Amino acid sequence: MSARSLASVAVGDAVGPVTVPVTRETLVAYANASGDQNPIHQDEEFARSVGLPDVIAHGMWTMGAAGTVVSEWAGDAGRVVEYGTRFTQPVVVPASGGEVVVSGTVRAVEAETGRVTVDLTATSEGRKVLGRCVAVVRLDVDG
Amino acid sequence: MAVNADFVGRTYPPSGPYPVDAALIAAFAAAVGSSDPVHTDPGAARAAGYADVVAPPTMAVRFAQAADRAYVADPEAGIDYSRVVHGEQRFVHHRPITAGDEVLGVLTVDQIRHAGGHAMVTTRTELATGGGEALATCTSTIVVRGGEEG
Repeated sequence: MSARSLASVAVGDAVGPVTVPVTRETLVAYANASGDQNPIHQDEEFARSVGLPDVIAHGMWTMGAAGTVVSEWAGDAGRVVEYGTRFTQPVVVPASGGEVVVSGTVRAVEAETGRVTVDLTATSEGRKVLGRCVAVVRLDVDG
Repeated sequence: MAVNADFVGRTYPPSGPYPVDAALIAAFAAAVGSSDPVHTDPGAARAAGYADVVAPPTMAVRFAQAADRAYVADPEAGIDYSRVVHGEQRFVHHRPITAGDEVLGVLTVDQIRHAGGHAMVTTRTELATGGGEALATCTSTIVVRGGEEG
């Protein structure tokens, strides 16, 4: 992989959609890698005991998975210079697994700096799980 | 228990250092589904201009949340962690975190707002190397859901 060429990017370009599967094993792997061992992300009985419908994904897993979509679009994960989101709804992960659909649109391209702003949406079971999700990637100006 | 507004503006001493290694980066990348070779292949990472394999952009949260602990676990802060949900998260990367970095986190409590019976607590963690090179600014807003007293 190498970074996408700035010249090939225009306002309105689509990123994705990409359907990202998520299983309970994914969440255990994410818990270990992130250090967030909250049982609501691993233990169905515990999750239900605190009023959740089932195990839910870490919000930060969802943000990370959507970030992967934009970094793979950019062609180099080190090019993401800004990334922010709100967490609007949890991603429910039943024993059979769930999925998140991530898509994006290029909102702005700064030719002088190479900064490209991408608005992202992420939905699960038809509900928006991330809000105001925006990433900025920096591409090479001469690229 | 109410969130203590006196903590606004407080900055904590640096926490860490948190060592970053290739195994941690590979595990985090796999967990968020990123197969970009810059996470796992030092040759590909160097060819792309990095010192070593590169952490996924959201991996910074691992160090930011570790730095947060001194604040959220302080009984004086009044944060009941069983009532906390993550509201918002933002990263500004000054340079990608790579294997071999030793990360320090400096936490500041930026804002505490009360609305609708909940408290919204915004913290900012500046991540840097031991040598003072800026890595990332991580801003997090947690929502502490209101209790019996509304």
